[in-house]
Amino acid sequence: MSGSTEQYDVIVVGGGHAGTEAALAAARGGAQVLLLTHNIETIGQMSCNPAIGGIGKGHLVKEIDALGGAMAKAADLAGIHIRTLNGRKGPAVRATRAQADRQLYRHAIRKIVEQQSGLSLFQQAVDDLIVENNRCCGVVTQSGLHFRARAVVLTVGTFLGGTLHIGDVKQSGGRAGDAPSNALAARLRQLPFRVARLKTGTPPRIDGRSIDFSHLEEQPGDMPRPVFSYLGSTADHPRQTVCHITHTNEKTHEIIRDNLHLSAMYSGNIEGTGPRYCPSIEDKVVRFADRSSHQIFIEPEGLDTNEVYPNGISTSLPYQTQIDYVRSIRGFENAHITRPGYAIEYDFFDPRDLAPSLETRHIAGLFFAGQINGTTGYEEAAAQGLLAGLNAARQTKSLEPWCPRRDEAYIGVLVDDLITRGTAEPYRMFTSRAEYRLMLREDNADLRLTEIGRSLSLVDETRWASFCKKREMIEKTRDSLDGWFLRAGSEDAQLIEKHLALPLQKDQKAIDLLRRPETNIAKMADLFPQHFPSADPMVLAQLEVQLRYQGYIDRQLDEVKRQQRHAETAIPDGLDFEKISGLSAEVCQKLQQQQPATIGQASRIPGMTPAAVSLLLVYARKQRVSSAEIAGDDAA
Amino acid sequence: MSLDSGDTIVAVATANGSAAVGIVKVSGPAALSIAREVTHRELPARQAVYNGFYDQSGDLIDRGLAICFPAPDSYTGEDILELQAHGNPLILDQLVARSVQLGARLAKPGEFTQRAFLNDRIDLAQAEAVADLINSSSSDAAAAALRSLQGDFSKSVQLMVQQLVQLRVYIEAALDFAEEEIDFLSDHQLGGQFEQLTHLHQQVCARAKEGRVLKEGLTLVIAGAPNVGKSSLLNRLTGQDSAIVTEVAGTTRDVLREHIVLDGIPLTIIDTAGLRDSEDIVEQEGIRRARAQLEQADVVLKMSVAGEPSDLQLDVPIDTPALKSLTVYNKIDLHPHFCCDNESALLVSAKTGEGIDALRQAIKHIAGYEKTPEGAFMARRRHIDALDASRQNINEAWRRLEENDFPELAAEELRLAQRHLETVTGEFTSDDLLGEIFASFCIGK
Ligand SMILES: Nc1nc2c(ncn2[C@@H]2O[C@H](COP(=O)(O)OP(=O)(O)OP(=O)(O)O)[C@@H](O)[C@H]2O)c(=O)[nH]1
Ligand SMILES: [Mg+2]
Repeated sequence: MSGSTEQYDVIVVGGGHAGTEAALAAARGGAQVLLLTHNIETIGQMSCNPAIGGIGKGHLVKEIDALGGAMAKAADLAGIHIRTLNGRKGPAVRATRAQADRQLYRHAIRKIVEQQSGLSLFQQAVDDLIVENNRCCGVVTQSGLHFRARAVVLTVGTFLGGTLHIGDVKQSGGRAGDAPSNALAARLRQLPFRVARLKTGTPPRIDGRSIDFSHLEEQPGDMPRPVFSYLGSTADHPRQTVCHITHTNEKTHEIIRDNLHLSAMYSGNIEGTGPRYCPSIEDKVVRFADRSSHQIFIEPEGLDTNEVYPNGISTSLPYQTQIDYVRSIRGFENAHITRPGYAIEYDFFDPRDLAPSLETRHIAGLFFAGQINGTTGYEEAAAQGLLAGLNAARQTKSLEPWCPRRDEAYIGVLVDDLITRGTAEPYRMFTSRAEYRLMLREDNADLRLTEIGRSLSLVDETRWASFCKKREMIEKTRDSLDGWFLRAGSEDAQLIEKHLALPLQKDQKAIDLLRRPETNIAKMADLFPQHFPSADPMVLAQLEVQLRYQGYIDRQLDEVKRQQRHAETAIPDGLDFEKISGLSAEVCQKLQQQQPATIGQASRIPGMTPAAVSLLLVYARKQRVSSAEIAGDDAA
Repeated sequence: MSLDSGDTIVAVATANGSAAVGIVKVSGPAALSIAREVTHRELPARQAVYNGFYDQSGDLIDRGLAICFPAPDSYTGEDILELQAHGNPLILDQLVARSVQLGARLAKPGEFTQRAFLNDRIDLAQAEAVADLINSSSSDAAAAALRSLQGDFSKSVQLMVQQLVQLRVYIEAALDFAEEEIDFLSDHQLGGQFEQLTHLHQQVCARAKEGRVLKEGLTLVIAGAPNVGKSSLLNRLTGQDSAIVTEVAGTTRDVLREHIVLDGIPLTIIDTAGLRDSEDIVEQEGIRRARAQLEQADVVLKMSVAGEPSDLQLDVPIDTPALKSLTVYNKIDLHPHFCCDNESALLVSAKTGEGIDALRQAIKHIAGYEKTPEGAFMARRRHIDALDASRQNINEAWRRLEENDFPELAAEELRLAQRHLETVTGEFTSDDLLGEIFASFCIGK
């Protein structure tokens, strides 16, 4: 043992998207935090494609922002091409997405991290955990330094025990260019966690100067430009740029088919499971042979670099084949590949070994967040990081963890899916995963979470004040509209008919008129300023959504209430499921394996039957009653 | 799956079948208001009142006793309404339907007792009993649900779910994969798919309501080689000489049906032609019909002669939840010392009546009729409710799509439609849905 032993509340290992949000959240939560990374320069690095947000992912970013996190702010400062996806569909599925300049993004995150009080940085790879009596009390670095803490958050998932494949060439490594964290991976494998392997791929990167953009379809960003952070504005955005779209063709597909046997994935070199939503170009050509062309988004890597990321052609074919098929694509005829595409296999830890707080079940005080739990994507990682960091900090203060429910946040859906169902492929967020999709929107992430965030001391004074003002304006305007009654033939009615072409046949509440899809609330606010205490577009947009969705939301709230009643009934620790007469062997085995903490969690385990859940409820109750009897506690 | 409570539940509380009086129980916050609506009067607490029970349009459903037990002094600890009417399943079904209309939902198996337990109305010692009840009655209910529907009906429901999933695949793909080049929503297939689904749905609903699909009781098929004594057993069970019995193998040529009531359980017994390879065209046709009967049956009696070799080929999957089997050895009067390895096999003599009582018990047992609190009518009511609810959702989804309204609202309607149908067909998760999407389209970057 060398060097001194420093003591922190929380140590976060890893400086990626999970690590930075974890360290920031723990520090905002009042802990003394040390962020340990093998390279300070790579803090906030986007190691895959240079984009933040998208459908489901944008939702996560807004939630992180509502809880005072960094990702949305950095995305605004780095966004060079910003759009609202699903703009013409309804608010629940609208999502913000930005191409980000890698360097600007990294700078933005680095700055936020450096300005956070209570957060220190240290550069050194971590090789070992200090575990005493099944409790994690710190880490040991590569050079033998000991750092002690009351809780440790591990976010070192970027390709633990990674193996890269390019054709039949195989090499161990992390993200291309990074060393894999092998010592730590080996150490973690000795701990009682279940480990499995996943696979993913990347496309070759191309030098933009070698691309002929003149015939390619141009895709500009949206106007007006969407903003990620509730506290942000378009003034935060850097110079904007355009993206381009091109397509593969029959020739491309022919080259790929002819060389399929050389692909790492098709020659059987890879055992891990790849994501269904991100198929390699080999997969696309084979599985959807009837398609004669596939779309490629040419995403700029930044304002100061020529490198581009051709999204849609990830591959594990040999370098020469990559050159051949890339050059068969329109615009890429003379393309120069700057980094070949590759497939990578890596370890992850079965997230079913985690509690809802993201603390591991086997070792107290140890939290996992990010890719290590089988997820993919910066947003998924950051969301988990925030939660793990917060809960680590809360644990050091003996506070209850915060575990958002499925009806409160996508973060809740993400964690619940992971810990109850596990995952067989890199887990990515989709809106269809959220049964309460209509309630979990980007536009109301602040209304859902900022107040909670404040009580968890994640939200600072500035955000809180601005949020309170917005919420008050929404409520005031809603109250005013609720009290507004429109009479057919009145002056108001004539104005509405004239300017909105909406004839009023009968007397009605203004609110019912506004509920109709053809009523434009902004125009109404223009016509009747006296009824709109606020005409702020954010306020109007919020009211419009609430009115349009109301019936559905009421129904979903009912559903939540019904599910809630017993969902939080705790299942006593160490309940012997085999003793419950009437549970089938299969259900029993699943329960033994997963040890659900609550009835709600148990009910979501695949294969659970209503009868089995009822049985559990009865037994959980019984156990509680009998232990109360033993304690002679009859307070009720 | 979901855990519902805090709402009002209703069920027929008397065992299905013979009873002269049938009881419908309602428990939960809406029980007292349902009492008012059904009886058209205020009921005093804990007093039986002889009164009319009325439907939505004020017409009389039946007359009987109504009793209210306000919370907390009731079996479940909640407000309870008990309606005692005539034991006719149709009347009981109407009372249940009326309660559902007024805000109750059908109780899950064992749910009354479960509520009693959770509200501390029964003590700990009874918890085991509750567990047993939940467990046994839910498997019985599942069996009852299966029995309540003819095979082709349940196939139509399955088909409907498949079509619903196909639709959801398109709409969910449009929502989650906006950047793809496929315009999922404007795809001309969508309208056609909706039309097909609605059509199928209408057919299924209409048939379910007509009640033609409802089978009260069990269908039992006697199958076996020629001359083993099938027709003799039929005669023995019915107590009549319905079937011709001779020592000629191949006597029975056609399907013969008899209805009896076995301890309150309506039973249809079917005698069939002996199964064998035959040159005779009439017999061949009889054998074909015998096999067809098996598809509709709940229980098959596999019959052979004690002490004689048999290799019965039924050609349909048996010992499934839908079709159970009993092995029967006949003519033990000729082989009094016969014993076989199969302990559950039944040894009988159609001629002397030996072993027939044990056979009757075994039939009741295998059908789960000994303890089922929920008969076919309850099961059918469950299905009809689910179908009605899902139809409303599907219509609403289509209206929204046609009017170019927000597609996520159509998606929500279809999600709910499927949740309703899940009560008939079993669970389908969002990950299953994603799987279908990825299998159907080339999606992703
Ligand atoms: N000793 C004895 N004879 C029986 C018994 N059951 C049936 N038999 C005789 O067996 C012969 C065939 O009986 P059936 O009932 O016609 O047989 P089956 O299986 O309907 O025959 P097929 O209709 O030709 O397929 C008749 O002579 C019956 O009297 C029994 O339990 N004991
Ligand atoms: Mg016969």
